[in-house]
Amino acid sequence: MPVKRSDKTPMPVHDAQLRAHDFVEVNTGYTPAHAAFEAERCLRCQDAACVDGCPVNIPIPDFIHAVAAGDMPKAAQILRGANPLPSICGRVCPQENQCEAQCHMLKRFNPVAIGHLERFVADWERTQPVTAKPNITRKEKIAVIGAGPSGLVCAGELARLGYSVTVYEALHAPGGVLRYGIPEFRLPKSVLDWEIGVLKAMGVEIVCNVVIGRTIKMDDLFENMGYAAVFIGTGAGLPQFLGIPGENLNGVMSANEFLTRMNLMGGYKFPENDTPMKVGKRVAVIGAGNTAMDAVRSSLRLGAEAAYIVYRRSEKEMGARVEEYHHAIEEGVDFRWLTNPLEVVDDGNGWVSGLKCQKMKLGEPDASGRARPIPIEGSEFVLPVDNVVLAIGTTPNPLLTRTTSGLMTNKKGCLVADESTGLTSKALVFAGGDAVTGAATVILAAGAGKRSAQAIHEALQQAPVAAH
Amino acid sequence: MSQFEIVSREDFSEVTYLLEVRHPQMARAARPGQFVIVMLNEHGERIPLTIADFDRHRGTITLVIQAVGKTTKQMQQECRVGTSLFGLVGPMGIPTHIGKPKKVLCVGGGLGVAPVFPQARALKEAGAYVIGILGFRSKDLIFWEDKFRAACDELILCTNDGSAGMKGLITDGIAVALAGHADVDECVAIGPPVMMKACADATRARRIKTMVSVNPIMVDGTGMCGGCRVKVGDDVKFACVDGPDFDGHLVDFDDLMTRLRRFTPEEKRAEQRWSDSCRMPQ
Ligand SMILES: Cc1cc2nc3c(=O)[nH]c(=O)nc-3n(C[C@H](O)[C@H](O)[C@H](O)COP(=O)(O)OP(=O)(O)OC[C@H]3O[C@@H](n4cnc5c(N)ncnc54)[C@H](O)[C@@H]3O)c2cc1C
Ligand SMILES: Cc1cc2nc3c(=O)[nH]c(=O)nc-3n(C[C@H](O)[C@H](O)[C@H](O)COP(=O)(O)OP(=O)(O)OC[C@H]3O[C@@H](n4cnc5c(N)ncnc54)[C@H](O)[C@@H]3O)c2cc1C
Ligand code: SF4
Ligand code: SF4
Ligand code: FES
Repeated sequence: MPVKRSDKTPMPVHDAQLRAHDFVEVNTGYTPAHAAFEAERCLRCQDAACVDGCPVNIPIPDFIHAVAAGDMPKAAQILRGANPLPSICGRVCPQENQCEAQCHMLKRFNPVAIGHLERFVADWERTQPVTAKPNITRKEKIAVIGAGPSGLVCAGELARLGYSVTVYEALHAPGGVLRYGIPEFRLPKSVLDWEIGVLKAMGVEIVCNVVIGRTIKMDDLFENMGYAAVFIGTGAGLPQFLGIPGENLNGVMSANEFLTRMNLMGGYKFPENDTPMKVGKRVAVIGAGNTAMDAVRSSLRLGAEAAYIVYRRSEKEMGARVEEYHHAIEEGVDFRWLTNPLEVVDDGNGWVSGLKCQKMKLGEPDASGRARPIPIEGSEFVLPVDNVVLAIGTTPNPLLTRTTSGLMTNKKGCLVADESTGLTSKALVFAGGDAVTGAATVILAAGAGKRSAQAIHEALQQAPVAAH
Repeated sequence: MSQFEIVSREDFSEVTYLLEVRHPQMARAARPGQFVIVMLNEHGERIPLTIADFDRHRGTITLVIQAVGKTTKQMQQECRVGTSLFGLVGPMGIPTHIGKPKKVLCVGGGLGVAPVFPQARALKEAGAYVIGILGFRSKDLIFWEDKFRAACDELILCTNDGSAGMKGLITDGIAVALAGHADVDECVAIGPPVMMKACADATRARRIKTMVSVNPIMVDGTGMCGGCRVKVGDDVKFACVDGPDFDGHLVDFDDLMTRLRRFTPEEKRAEQRWSDSCRMPQ
């Protein structure tokens, strides 16, 4: 029976003093005792609103019930049936806006720690032998472009449906943002590698070092290579810059460059790994989303003595997951809210010496519904820093659309795709994830990949394509 | 079959070597002016190298590399026929626009000599009168003279010490060419930034359209990091996806050169560490 306890069972963590200087995962995970204790809190609601809050509608009460009953194989099976990346989503979903935001417990207490429990089950599953096997029953081959969460999930679903699938990835390793963006201390690469291992065991082929549009043209996939359908999951990797003076100075980087050097290239282990990654004594990160938190917390780990978040709005408008924000505070990140960067200051030799900022106050809501920041006259000051990292957003990479005819995009450069199927303006070409929505979340990308896999399956059954 | 296998190698000098790598898809897709990103091994850096030649029948691409630092020196030591690269991706960048110039200078210096070759050949095939101008430090560093002679209508060789061709810098070669031809309508210049800057300055007065191929530090090469950004006129461009060719009269070379020094201490450290490890008895 459910047990009334107001607080979430806290997630055990790696000590803040220590972890601010290493790359070990911060959350160490529930023990079986923690998990059982927390699972008992779930009310097993008839109209479980938490399920509606989850973009892939995991039957949350059922899996939590299985945890409470100690039936781990069943819990794992329920999870995986709905979400092909539970070990990742349990770690990185913004639960406070999704499943946990709808939990009935919230009316009086803290919500059930759905994410922590999901992670617990998925981590247990990773200790078990992989049982997935190839099951190719269909003659059609499908190509997936991009090995981020949307592409990987789409590939996994298609393989389950019996198709042979090839995923083409531009970088030398699969995972998309999960590989190059989200740091080891939040999502260990071993977790990602395990999930990719499952896909490979299912017979999914992943070919890295191929840029579709350059190495292989999109049309060649159909015409010369015999693919029956294509899924595009190329993400939103194009970094934005502010266009303020001094942005080209040495020491200014996009968060993508910073994180790619560190994560994908392993630059935090320079010189053991060849790609250099360094920060000075003081680092300012502009922005307040997950990307900004990852960059600022990484700066401390790379040796910065002071690491600032510079954000022109207030704490309330911050886009990052609450947990990351709390961890960042514990680790000693210095938050400068209502501070707008105006100019990167040159030290006279082409390097950054500071960030000139202006204080802001909040005014009326703007088009996005958030309070509009208004500059305070005469409040300019220079924050002395050695590095400036821009984490102010990304847009879809135009590489593929520039080199492919007939793919429609909207004003923001996002692919135009049908909401329920992901079908683009090109026949038998589907798309999902950040490439369609603009920068969003892992679970939304995964959900889109899954939906498109079903849509591809239906499209191919309706109109069987002659073998090329 | 291992991927990205090295099928032939040639050493032009102590510092310059050629690798021909098997990659049939890329050989089919490649166009002059494009480049690849290479990774020597799993822990290596991603480095950009121009596709100096490609052979669709053999299914290979050719890279000509100058050993200047850790990665390029390690490649010089380790890349033998039969070995493979860990990563090779491309062709990256926008192919050079081969217009219909009547008379064109193709200028290559240092690590730019090889990359300018496919452009010279393509321009020649497009019907242009091609004047090749190549700069080397001395006679023993010269390579591909025969290939250039075949692709160019005229070839001006410059060496710093005068041991072959005319004695002088590449800009002296340009001055000779411009003095002899009043009707040059285009110039392509590839080499170290200082050289490209000097070339752009040399053609500016006569308003000869001058295309340069910039070489900023890159990471992904797919437009994802912005590390390769260069100032071109009033714009900031990503060299890997918007270039690498830009109007030499608009490129801010000083900015490019400053940005190339971003990791100088780290580059030195990496190279030192590597050369120390090479000297250690196995
Ligand atoms: C630093 C950072 C932290 C984040 N933190 C969180 C978080 O905590 N929680 C959360 O839910 N979300 C988070 N996000 C957002 C989330 O990671 C993305 O929404 C998600 O990864 C999008 O998945 P995707 O499959 O659409 O694309 P991506 O993950 O971007 O993957 C796209 C892949 O396609 C490849 N590609 C692109 N073009 C081509 C081509 N032409 N040919 C071949 N391959 C190509 C790319 O190299 C890339 O590997 C974060 C994002 C960043 C950058
Ligand atoms: C589009 C493009 C095409 C290129 N084509 C060729 C070519 O055909 N042949 C050739 O020999 N070289 C070429 N280069 C330069 C080559 O990439 C660098 O020489 C190489 O990365 C140096 O690596 P390293 O570890 O050996 O030396 P390092 O010690 O790391 O660097 C030595 C010098 O090279 C510069 N450099 C370092 N990393 C890079 C990088 N990622 N990109 C560019 N410059 C860098 C540094 O500023 C430094 O001055 C090209 C560069 C670009 C951007
Ligand atoms: S996938 Fe994300 S939203 Fe869905 S239940 Fe898990 S943590 Fe919640
Ligand atoms: S809403 Fe909360 S309490 Fe109810 S089933 Fe979902 S997790 Fe359990
Ligand atoms: S190399 Fe990363 S954007 Fe050009």
